[in-house]
Amino acid sequence: MDIKELADGVIRGEKRSLARAITVVENNPGGTRELLGYIYPHTGGAYIIGVTGSPGVGKSTLVYSLARYYRSLGKKVGVLAVDPTSPFTGGAILGDRIRMSGGEIDQGLYIRSLASRGHLGGLSEAASDALALIDAAGYEIILLETVGTGQAEVEVMRFAHTVLVTLVPGLGDEIQAIKAGILEIGDVFVVNKADRDGVDKTVLEIEMMLDLAPLVSYRPRVIRTVASKDEGIEELVKEIERHKEHLIASDALNQKQMYMAEERVKDILIRRVSAYVLDRAGTDLDIAMQDIASRKKDPYTAAEEILKDWFEEA
Amino acid sequence: MTRTIKVLVTKIGLDSHDRGAKIIARAYRDAGMEVVYTGLRQTPEQVMQAALEEDVDVVAISILSGAHSILVPRVVKLLRDEGLDDVLVLVGGVIPEDDIPELKEAGVKEVFGTGSNTDEIIAFTRQNVRRV
Amino acid sequence: MAGKERKDTFYTVSYEPIKDLYTPEDLDLDYGRDLGNPGEYPYTRGVYPNMYRGRVWTMRQFAGFGTAEESNQRYKYLLENGQTGLSVAFDFPTLLGYDSDHPRSEGEVGKLGVAIDSLADMEMLFDGIPLGEVSTSMTINAPAAILWAMYLVVAEKQGVSWNRVSGTIQNDILKEYIAQNTYVFPPEPSMRLIVDTFEFGSKYVPKWNTISISGYHIREAGSTAAQELAFTLSNGFAYVEAGIERGLDVDDFAPRLSFFFNAHNDFFEEVAKYRAARRIWAKTMKEKYGAKDPTSMLLRFHTQTAGCSLTAQQPENNIVRTTIQALAAVMGGTQSLHTNSMDEALALPSEKAVRIALRTQQIIAEESGVANTIDPLGGSYFVEAFTNEMEKKAWEYFKRIESLGGVLGAIGSGYQQREIAEASYRFQKGIQSGEQTMVGVNKYNADEKTSIELLKYSRDMVERQINRLDKVKKDRDGDLVKRCLEDLEKAAKGTENLMPYIIDAVKAYATVGEIMDVFKGVFGEYKDPAIF
Repeated sequence: MDIKELADGVIRGEKRSLARAITVVENNPGGTRELLGYIYPHTGGAYIIGVTGSPGVGKSTLVYSLARYYRSLGKKVGVLAVDPTSPFTGGAILGDRIRMSGGEIDQGLYIRSLASRGHLGGLSEAASDALALIDAAGYEIILLETVGTGQAEVEVMRFAHTVLVTLVPGLGDEIQAIKAGILEIGDVFVVNKADRDGVDKTVLEIEMMLDLAPLVSYRPRVIRTVASKDEGIEELVKEIERHKEHLIASDALNQKQMYMAEERVKDILIRRVSAYVLDRAGTDLDIAMQDIASRKKDPYTAAEEILKDWFEEA
Repeated sequence: MTRTIKVLVTKIGLDSHDRGAKIIARAYRDAGMEVVYTGLRQTPEQVMQAALEEDVDVVAISILSGAHSILVPRVVKLLRDEGLDDVLVLVGGVIPEDDIPELKEAGVKEVFGTGSNTDEIIAFTRQNVRRV
Repeated sequence: MAGKERKDTFYTVSYEPIKDLYTPEDLDLDYGRDLGNPGEYPYTRGVYPNMYRGRVWTMRQFAGFGTAEESNQRYKYLLENGQTGLSVAFDFPTLLGYDSDHPRSEGEVGKLGVAIDSLADMEMLFDGIPLGEVSTSMTINAPAAILWAMYLVVAEKQGVSWNRVSGTIQNDILKEYIAQNTYVFPPEPSMRLIVDTFEFGSKYVPKWNTISISGYHIREAGSTAAQELAFTLSNGFAYVEAGIERGLDVDDFAPRLSFFFNAHNDFFEEVAKYRAARRIWAKTMKEKYGAKDPTSMLLRFHTQTAGCSLTAQQPENNIVRTTIQALAAVMGGTQSLHTNSMDEALALPSEKAVRIALRTQQIIAEESGVANTIDPLGGSYFVEAFTNEMEKKAWEYFKRIESLGGVLGAIGSGYQQREIAEASYRFQKGIQSGEQTMVGVNKYNADEKTSIELLKYSRDMVERQINRLDKVKKDRDGDLVKRCLEDLEKAAKGTENLMPYIIDAVKAYATVGEIMDVFKGVFGEYKDPAIF
């Protein structure tokens, strides 16, 4: 496959090239480096909105509703939906598209599913590269959907400019889970299925939790939606705008871009360096393994020795 | 280089019997493949769009409504028109023997009727899939 | 244990373990409390005192294909051949509320059932069939109220008063979300439409069964027998609660609730299922919902042999399967029965295959002698123990469903769908490993070509159907249609009973698609949650 040609297709905004390019970043590190080299100058135009929350809160329906809203404003919209891979078989059933189809074919909407594992780099790398490709293909809004459970899925949210944490009424345990984990990453809290009983109580609980959170410059708000009926979407988009304006005004957008850049380059460095080290360690590693297993050495000492040799040589 | 096979499992037409589609989706997953499941009542255009955007290797169509002679060739033609020439197209469902030749002529690689063994479908998929 | 056994464990087709021998030790049975005579509470042995000695079950073959004319001819053929009730199969566009000229209907019109677009089609479907004399069952769910309204208007035009009209509409939307997927609207408005039919029926069409609470499709989707039993009855209870919530007296509508079960391969498991169903229903209706009229406590049911058990390989074997399944339904005390035709795994049944299927029932009824006495398996250690076991399993499921917020809550969380998907996948793996036998598929297979003759469609059928629809639209009073649909929309936005508005729209020759579009606009549409 000619990577340059593929990259040109992506930059021209061709869906087929974009689709193939994302397969490359999922599977082929060599091709990925070349591809990203071509397309990277064309990125930076997209605003990335992360949508996370437990299974069953209606994330996909919310994403689709948002996508259509942005389409109605004339924006090109990309969707990247991450689904978990079975730890036992390595396979996955990616079902998010089901709730993202209205029957009509829309050239300005691109939807792609991504299994959480099963590509070579790791989820965050593949997701970040996929986002860059969708960005380069000219999509102005990218909706990134992940299940809010599992470290890798939560980590992916750091690539989003604005993160929506999605909940539904009447799940007391959920609020606890948020306190424990994803409170920090939420820029907007969405209570979906807000036509259900107990919505006021849930909203109140989140508000209280946000009031108790350590003082930060930006206080997230709670928005009610009924995504299946497209209710509350306009208000949600306004709230996303409010957050975006805050990011711009406070220079946080810049900082966020820098932070994301740093994280990405660190990821790559760590992976490359560790691959390099492991590769070079070769026979030393085999010997160390035997020593550790036979209790001759402890793992720290063994690692230290390998590193020492290697650094001295270097 | 080996990589995970990606399969689109889809139901076209209006029939609502998804037992077979769900079984084959699970069987593909359990065989280590990635399955994009579209749900019921897809149009040929939606199937093409999903296959294109997801860059799948296989499109597995389940249909029991009797509309296969019209809808399946339309799916294949749309795929080919978009340049998805090397995507493996499989059909499952209640398909009368007499209708199979025309589906194969249209570009369907194999038709699996009721009572098919999922292990055989998986083996067939592995043998006939493109590039992977 | 005497000697070595040929398997480590013995189980049913639903993976229910079965012991080598059942004895009085396995039974805690009080005849009056647990069984009762036929026609007596809790009706375990049958809903009527004389059962088949009075009248054998209704032989009701599900049929419908092509246009109304073709189906009308098939119905007349079946009635001439001794069938005693009609059962209408609609095509997919009708089931989902699309007219024959809708783009989504292409390739589907008249394929797996008859195409009905407007009252004109319904008039033709029952042309020359006296609706005061036959009972008609219609397999229709999301648009059930519309098709029922059409039937009532046809009866009126034949001069048959509504209190003489008898039959059944399936009208069971809950099992659609659980298993069969021909839903259109979200659950809440769907429930409202159903309760509207309960209310209307209890007032004006007293002999009509306004719902057929169906386990058949749950089983076809791959459930176990116990799941079929439990999910069907829990759906039934949900309808009862919805009726009561509307302010209806339980004894006003419960006598018109009917059931529909599957008859699968495992003979005794099926018999136990039907017997347990009757007992659970009677007890719950009396004790929980306070029914006083004994007919509210009767679980009357239709049975269809298991379509999913049929094989495309060696299709003649399906005649034998169907015979055993039909016998189970009869031993279980069914009120009516459909026997599948041998070619249904291949296509719609041919006339010859349908005749053999009907003859199967006639042989069971009139040659085998099994209809000579009532509940002949009652008192069998095994059958009674298994009946108790099925009841126990059902109660476990009821509890689980209750804990998930009732039937709708459980559907919302995908509980029943997941249970069925699990069971279905397990069975498929069992077939592939040889754990379960399917003759001709994973055992005793022969490499042979299918040689039975299949039904052929007439090519110009779709064209005729669409032409008729065009003509109806041209000839009708367009302003009247518009007014009826506007009134219907207004009523749908409110809380009134919708049946009178639907009847007016139908009389004005508004189409199924037009009426459904009004509802879609008001109620919204439900999307496949695709639960694995």
